[in-house]
Amino acid sequence: MKEELELLRQMVRIRRFEERCAELYSSAQIRGFLHLYVGEEAVATGVLSELDPQDSVVSTYRDHGHALARGVPMDAVMAEMFGKVTGCSRGRGGSMHLFDASHRLFGGNAIVGGGLPIAAGLALGHLMRGEPRVVACFFGEGAAAEGEFHEVLNLSALWRLPVLFCCENNQYAMGTAFAKEHAAADLALRAGSYGLAAWSVDGMDVLAVKESARRAAEEIRAGGGPCLLELRTYRFRAHSMYDPERYRDKEEVAHWRDLDPIDRLRNAMRPEFTDDDLAALEAEVAAEIDLAVATAEAADVEPVADLTRFVTSEVTP
Amino acid sequence: MKTTYREALREAIRDAMRRDDRVFLMGEDVGSYGGCYAVSLGLLEEFGPERVRDTPLSESAFVGAGIGAALNGMRPIVEIMTVNFSLLALDQILNNAATLLHMSGGQFAVPVVIRMTTGAGRQLAAQHSHSLEGWYAHIPGLRVLAPATLEDARGMVWPALCDPDPVLIFEHNGLYNLAGELADDAGPVDITRAAVRRPGRDVTLITYGGSLTKTLAAADDLAAGGIEAEVVDLRTLRPLDSDTVLECVRKTHRAVVVDEGWRSGGLSAEIAARIGEEALYDLDAPVRRVCSAEVPIPYARHLEEAALPQTASIAAAAREVVRGG
Repeated sequence: MKEELELLRQMVRIRRFEERCAELYSSAQIRGFLHLYVGEEAVATGVLSELDPQDSVVSTYRDHGHALARGVPMDAVMAEMFGKVTGCSRGRGGSMHLFDASHRLFGGNAIVGGGLPIAAGLALGHLMRGEPRVVACFFGEGAAAEGEFHEVLNLSALWRLPVLFCCENNQYAMGTAFAKEHAAADLALRAGSYGLAAWSVDGMDVLAVKESARRAAEEIRAGGGPCLLELRTYRFRAHSMYDPERYRDKEEVAHWRDLDPIDRLRNAMRPEFTDDDLAALEAEVAAEIDLAVATAEAADVEPVADLTRFVTSEVTP
Repeated sequence: MKTTYREALREAIRDAMRRDDRVFLMGEDVGSYGGCYAVSLGLLEEFGPERVRDTPLSESAFVGAGIGAALNGMRPIVEIMTVNFSLLALDQILNNAATLLHMSGGQFAVPVVIRMTTGAGRQLAAQHSHSLEGWYAHIPGLRVLAPATLEDARGMVWPALCDPDPVLIFEHNGLYNLAGELADDAGPVDITRAAVRRPGRDVTLITYGGSLTKTLAAADDLAAGGIEAEVVDLRTLRPLDSDTVLECVRKTHRAVVVDEGWRSGGLSAEIAARIGEEALYDLDAPVRRVCSAEVPIPYARHLEEAALPQTASIAAAAREVVRGG
């Protein structure tokens, strides 16, 4: 029950955080692109609950869930959305580029497939030093059409790199449905053809995700080489705030909304976990978000004089 | 000691790998084959397959893996067979290596070294012969080096590895067999300054990499005709050492930029622009440029030769600025 409660708390944090972000976007306090993870929370929450602090995470432009589930403080993430210097990337990255060295979060990468080679390299570092670490690399099913997917799966299997590839199959590469993009439907089979263990998981079931991640991470740490999980999920909201959603019908969205990972876990936790318990949890999360927003609003922006800081390191060779 | 550019590079890599366990080499055919240009010959035997890693033909994957390994505390030297193939890894170099430090607010430096061959002159046709180092010199966050001498081939690798940020090293394919004397104690060199390779008073010839030999030969020709040309070897294409260039131009009052890259929007344009911005009133003649013809470099020898800067065309340009054509 304690474990379920923590998973539920994490998913609710991500959900409510993003709902607040959408409001803030509508009131123009957040700009740029905003890609919401609503509906996909079980994936980040389940996978990252199985990682150790010394492990590493590589994310995509839809990275709020990964950052929060990894433990990046919410106020640092919210401040980044506001473009403040207290943001986890000093306001240089924004929504799509959340970084945190202390949590070994190597960034949201906004080039589809661009994070996979980085993950392979992080894993190579661990392998060469003989460390039993896992690099969790998140990407969407759209990335499975990029060259990097094929190059990196092959390289990782060849060198037995400790990468946990987490393919978040939310059915749409922006507005392009899976079937319009991929001739072969089985991503696990495709990954398996490169010589790594790969299987599909119900990405709307956080307990199933957690269990698969546990199994995969165990194999990877034991030197078994990379694994790929195809996490079948769905984003309930538009691709980004600019998306009019012409490409999918309401019935389909409604079908997936019935599979809401938060409701699902909450229902599984009945009757021990009461409505009062849930209300208390929601109140706690709301307070955390309120504080994050207030802190972000009050924070300073980076001085323009620092614009060119960190183009290169502040030590000379 | 007698050595070659190729051997000097190999010694530099060997020395770095002996000095620092975090250093390793990876790329296509760097191991069993000994390197496409035989630079890494023998290193597999000395350091083993963990530290001399043959990669699949997956430029984006292994360059990105170098970036990831660098982020994770290693000091990779990634070899890309030629700059032409590096375009398959351009996303990794630009969007990750050059960007992560700034975009992460200073959290993630990328101390990777990426070596590659560049340039024409061996009748390898367009897809093996281009000089695209100027493109990389356009990118903030990168250091771009072009060793043109034995000393620099021997001395640039270690300081590049010590640089906390990504460094690209461009080795002109015509230089590998360059032979000569190298001091027994040759070691790391400065990678921030241009070098005056030949002093002169009448005109400054500014060049780098594979064009240095031709430019020095042109300077000899010019001397025979009474023109003393100063030759500047840029060595570091980014960040450019403008100070050295401007100092020389202010002394000779004339400048010719020699660049095997294309003229339009290229490195030669940048140098000419800086001279125009900072030293226009010191000039006695317009800056001239000798660049490659704006064509894909062709196979046939006579066409390839016609497409590239040559000793004669460099000398002709210098005479023009000195004597007013």
